Amino acid sequence: MIMTNLETVPGKTITAHYGLVQGSTIRAKHVGRDIMAGFKNIFGGELTGYTELLKESRDESMQRMQEQAHEMGANAVINIRFSTSSVAQGAAEILCYGTAVRVQ
Amino acid sequence: MAEYLVFLPYLVPIVLLVGGGLVGWRRERDHYASIEARESQYARQPMLNSRTLPAEAQSARTEMVTGSVVISIDRFKQFLGALRGFFGGEINAYASLIDRARREAVLRMREQALGADIIVNLKMETASLSKGGEKQMGTVEVLAYGTAVWYSDQPPRHRSIGGV
Repeated sequence: MIMTNLETVPGKTITAHYGLVQGSTIRAKHVGRDIMAGFKNIFGGELTGYTELLKESRDESMQRMQEQAHEMGANAVINIRFSTSSVAQGAAEILCYGTAVRVQ
Repeated sequence: MAEYLVFLPYLVPIVLLVGGGLVGWRRERDHYASIEARESQYARQPMLNSRTLPAEAQSARTEMVTGSVVISIDRFKQFLGALRGFFGGEINAYASLIDRARREAVLRMREQALGADIIVNLKMETASLSKGGEKQMGTVEVLAYGTAVWYSDQPPRHRSIGGV
């Protein structure tokens, strides 16, 4: 499956459009990570636990989007966009969407 | 001895403020040094936010690359920010936080695009993760993503789901 955030796939032509596909996930961090992040909040700097958590969630939402595109019979997803919003303290929603197409 | 304990509730926040500020300052300095050292390595790899490739380019392989980082502000800067919130004006204390996060995210994205000739359609997104808490903007996540293009074919150096 070709994934790109361009509007076309360079070097290939789009033969069919299948429409919008999306994947989303909401994750909360576990207590251990939260406490560690609380300490780190005093000193500033990177919160590695959160970086990883959001990365995992992003992988998950992309996986879901890919599955949806696969079911439609697409072999590429173009124009991919990401969006993150914190729905509550300690939980983040990650949405990823794009257009499923067939390329040749 | 017991009469000194009265000051304890006032002492703890001050210690956290000063200690946090000092450690945060050191960390920021080290982080900037590391960012600048790594940025100079990528001087020959252009990065565009235009959606199309330069006309003359022949692309052999493209891959979506992403980089993200979650970064938090220290207590002292948060205090400075709160003070600014009272008097109004530009909050310089927060500027360096966002700047560090953006540059770090872009660097992580570039690490995925090993040997790529160009990165096009760069997009950046910032999300505040401390919404709902007592702090307005303590922790931010920055995501940078784009499409890496290789002009000539070469074996892929790494493999993962969708290039994430």
